Amino acid sequence: MPSPPAISVSQLVKVFKATTAVAGISFDLVPGSVTGLLGGNGAGKSTTIAMIMGLTLPTSGTVQVLGAQMPRERYQVLHRMNFESPYVDMPMRLTVRQNLKVFAGLYGVEDANARIAALSEEFDLTDFIDRQTGKLSSGQKTRVSVAKSLLNRPEVLLLDEPTASLDPDTADWVRMRLEAYRKATGATVLLASHNMVEVERLCDRVIMLKKGEIKDDDAPERLLARYGRDNLEEVFLDVARGRREAREVMP
Amino acid sequence: MSARPHSSFSFHRVGAMVLRYWYLLRSSWPRMLELIYWPMVQMLTWGLLQFYLAQNSGFFARTGATLIGAMLLWEILFRGQLGFSISFLEEMWARNLGNLMMSPLRPAEFVIALMVMSLIRLVIGMVPVFLLALAFFGFNVTDLGFAFAFFFINLILTSWSIGILVSGLLVRNGMGAESLAWTLAFLILPITCVYYPVTVLPGWLQTVAWALPPTYVFEGLRALVIDHTFRADLMLEAFALNVLYFCAAAFAFLRLLESARREGSLMQTGE
Repeated sequence: MPSPPAISVSQLVKVFKATTAVAGISFDLVPGSVTGLLGGNGAGKSTTIAMIMGLTLPTSGTVQVLGAQMPRERYQVLHRMNFESPYVDMPMRLTVRQNLKVFAGLYGVEDANARIAALSEEFDLTDFIDRQTGKLSSGQKTRVSVAKSLLNRPEVLLLDEPTASLDPDTADWVRMRLEAYRKATGATVLLASHNMVEVERLCDRVIMLKKGEIKDDDAPERLLARYGRDNLEEVFLDVARGRREAREVMP
Repeated sequence: MSARPHSSFSFHRVGAMVLRYWYLLRSSWPRMLELIYWPMVQMLTWGLLQFYLAQNSGFFARTGATLIGAMLLWEILFRGQLGFSISFLEEMWARNLGNLMMSPLRPAEFVIALMVMSLIRLVIGMVPVFLLALAFFGFNVTDLGFAFAFFFINLILTSWSIGILVSGLLVRNGMGAESLAWTLAFLILPITCVYYPVTVLPGWLQTVAWALPPTYVFEGLRALVIDHTFRADLMLEAFALNVLYFCAAAFAFLRLLESARREGSLMQTGE
């Protein structure tokens, strides 16, 4: 019997006044998978993630995470999830260690000091762990933010453009750590990104959004084959600009 | 799994939030100083005014320390509310609300942490001022006896109700509602009759005044200082009203939070 999906989204709709941000999307994510949510600005990626976390209420449709109905039953599962986004800051005046301690407390992490020590080692935070978070470079802040997202060893990890505004070296470094975490724990990862290299490297499935609708949904290599392209960036442009239709390929 | 089992209410999470605010407070000496600065300026102003009036008026000589006492009690209300609201505003200023709302922190735990922080800030700010009031004007707050505990409980409950309501409005309307945190308490200042008896107000405004719990406290203070009578009835009525307003504020906060979730505004907590 197949295991139940880690995340199940069904006919999800979000309307902000006259704007439809998400227009009836459905997908299931199998446990342990890494799925990329691709789309241009305003495609509905962040809104979808916010609804999965229970931060934004859907206009209609349902979201289930680890068997819990969101947002009604979110407190049953929020301690088993986590997220990272460059658009949400950590308190700037607190040191890195203080921030991690506070979030470890919020997520009920046992032996928080040991976990923080392990993460600071893994994410190379040791040199600036007692420095105020606001005084770090954007690359250092992202590493802290990713470390925070892994504090509770989440079974479901939601990443909203985790490497936005990072230099290629730091971005690659962050991807390596995320990949290692996923392999070690079997966590389910949903990644919203504009970065095609990132998506190609990390994801075993890609959901392409445009104006709140799913335009395509497949494994990266199958998308490349169906659109007759060499890289996902070209596929992304095909979908975003509606310039080429996918063709059917044999499984 | 390294996370503790899920629980419906967690003092651990409340503690984590208090720790967060404590780290913030102790990281900045100007913030600490600011806690004491304004209450001290107020205390000196009202204390000197009372001193002058007592020298020139038989009535004020008899009424003892009502002015400075009322001012100190008003500061408990105002600083208690400000301590609550500023801690909440810190999350908005730091763009950290999204992190908190996506964590297992429950609204009740968040509110309780803000209440604890309001008490901590109040103690840091007011204890030195109480001591200075004793040193400069001979006003000893402990002379109010157990009545002070009743005054304090009622005023702090009112301050939390205002703080919870303001926080809800901030969640719903963003930083555009920030000024309410600094000004809303002053709306009730003239009506709750901090420095004068309720009978001074026109009849219809007296009805409004008696609908506000602090009015009972300030009337109770005057009864105690001038008539040497502790009015337990006033304290009980104030407490009943406070329970009502606290529940109403908590309900409003939850509704405003849900409205913010509906509007999707929790990720964008700027102006």
